[in-house]
Amino acid sequence: MSWIHDPVFINSLYIISFSLFIYGLMNLTGPRTAVRGNWIAAVGMGIAVVATLLIDEMGENWWLIAGGVVVGTIIGVPSAQKVKMTAMPQMVALFNGVGGGAVALIAWAEFRHTDAYAHEPRYVAIASLFAAIVGSVSFWGSNVAFGKLQEILPSKPIGLGKLQQFVNLAVLLVAVVLAVLISSGGDSELLMIGVLVAAAILGLIVVLPIGGADMPVVISLLNALTGLSAAAMGLALNNTALIVAGMIVGASGSILTNLMAKAMNRSIPAIVKGGFGGGGAAIGAAGAEDRPVNSTSAADTAIQMAYASNVVVVPGYGMAVAQAQHVVKEMAELLEEKGINIAFAIHPVAGRMPGHMNVLLAEADVPYDQLKEMDEINSQFGQTDVSLVIGANDVTNPAAESNPDSPIYGMPVLKVTQSRSVIVLKRSMNPGFAGIDNELYYDPKTSMLFGDAKASVADIVEELKQL
Amino acid sequence: MGEYVLLVQNLAILVLAGFAGFLVISKVPNTLHTPLMSATNAVHGIVVLGALIVLGTGIDGVLSKIILVVAVIFGTINVIGGFLVTDRMLAMFKGKPGNKAKEVAK
Repeated sequence: MSWIHDPVFINSLYIISFSLFIYGLMNLTGPRTAVRGNWIAAVGMGIAVVATLLIDEMGENWWLIAGGVVVGTIIGVPSAQKVKMTAMPQMVALFNGVGGGAVALIAWAEFRHTDAYAHEPRYVAIASLFAAIVGSVSFWGSNVAFGKLQEILPSKPIGLGKLQQFVNLAVLLVAVVLAVLISSGGDSELLMIGVLVAAAILGLIVVLPIGGADMPVVISLLNALTGLSAAAMGLALNNTALIVAGMIVGASGSILTNLMAKAMNRSIPAIVKGGFGGGGAAIGAAGAEDRPVNSTSAADTAIQMAYASNVVVVPGYGMAVAQAQHVVKEMAELLEEKGINIAFAIHPVAGRMPGHMNVLLAEADVPYDQLKEMDEINSQFGQTDVSLVIGANDVTNPAAESNPDSPIYGMPVLKVTQSRSVIVLKRSMNPGFAGIDNELYYDPKTSMLFGDAKASVADIVEELKQL
Repeated sequence: MGEYVLLVQNLAILVLAGFAGFLVISKVPNTLHTPLMSATNAVHGIVVLGALIVLGTGIDGVLSKIILVVAVIFGTINVIGGFLVTDRMLAMFKGKPGNKAKEVAK
């Protein structure tokens, strides 16, 4: 055996590879080193793949391996290059889903290959079956998340109401019982298919009842789950690279999920329970009918901002949907030329993912130092003349601070009501993703500028040019 | 009994990796969360190794082969797509005013 096929050499390569993953992720902590960090992790992945192909027992099915890699590349590269920045959350959901799908399929093939784990230690069966269940949940759950964000599926919760919890548990129980049957000696392939199908149903029915507002947290949770399933697969296959990389993702995804849930003042169990995205909608809409709001025009908005000294822009998902970031940047430049201080207030969960607004504004080349995080900007709203809210809703809702009955009570929000005046760009009075009426709109300081965010901002830009 | 020694060793690695991930990630600022999520997403594409091993060390049956080829395709999409998308997102953060906006728009 040549030294390059020696397990010692291969495992040494794995050590280099996961060191690069960790070092790469460390570099992702700062905007200046992040690009490098991503490529360091990618190099780690390349080394891991090469090391795996060097394993001595490898030697079968080279054509199938090459074919799979080529097809995957042909599908993956263009979809990664063409996806719009606004569609990024869906894309992450989709990539996450195929990862989970791969785990589930590997587990299925392992089952067939080892004759239902007949000659394997018990823990291999358990780890592999765990990976099968979690991978399948992640695949189908991610596809539902993709469908909801892409608006193929309605973003409103679809569920069974009170029965939901019971049905979820029952389906989970079915999957676990079938898995226990296999690990205690059952060798029918129908059992394995049953496990995968039950987990698939579980993935569907857990994510379907979750509303659009909670989708970022769900994607993050599914990301963590895929990582855990990869780690479990690593235990089953006795592969260090899989164990380490999978577990790092499992840990990071859990933290991210927790951070996001905390920022929205939601608990993860409450999100998984579902229903939040639409339950309050009816109440909100009913209340909205009969209360007066001030509306304004693009011309008035332009004048108000042109004579201000401090303007804060509060972007939200509406800006992303309307693809308004470039015209917003143009507006900011015009205001700057007039000597007006401009800042962008970034709520951690504005949009549909943490950092979503940063990505969009950076795409439009808004200078990094104009983007202010919530804690920093909240102390400045007192000196702000005009707060321009572009398609943001729940993250500006003062009810989160003042109304203990509100479902979002306790969630940290941007304190736009402290500024001298507020202008809200919004398509209509429909409530946001959380389906909660926003007190801000009825504040006497607030004026509403109805219409598509991109068109409204373009109008403001035209007016500003004429001033 | 030997195989359980292996399991315990692997569990030690698993636990330490969990803590490593926890420490590394908890320091990432909010603004980089989306790219971070995308990068970790790409990293769990490492499952493609599992598909390579099971397929490459030899497996019988057409169905098993099809399952694994699909797994290789999925894993490759996860890895390559994940890293490329992350790079595109991160490239946005470096942009100097004026030069790239048009190219990236659309």
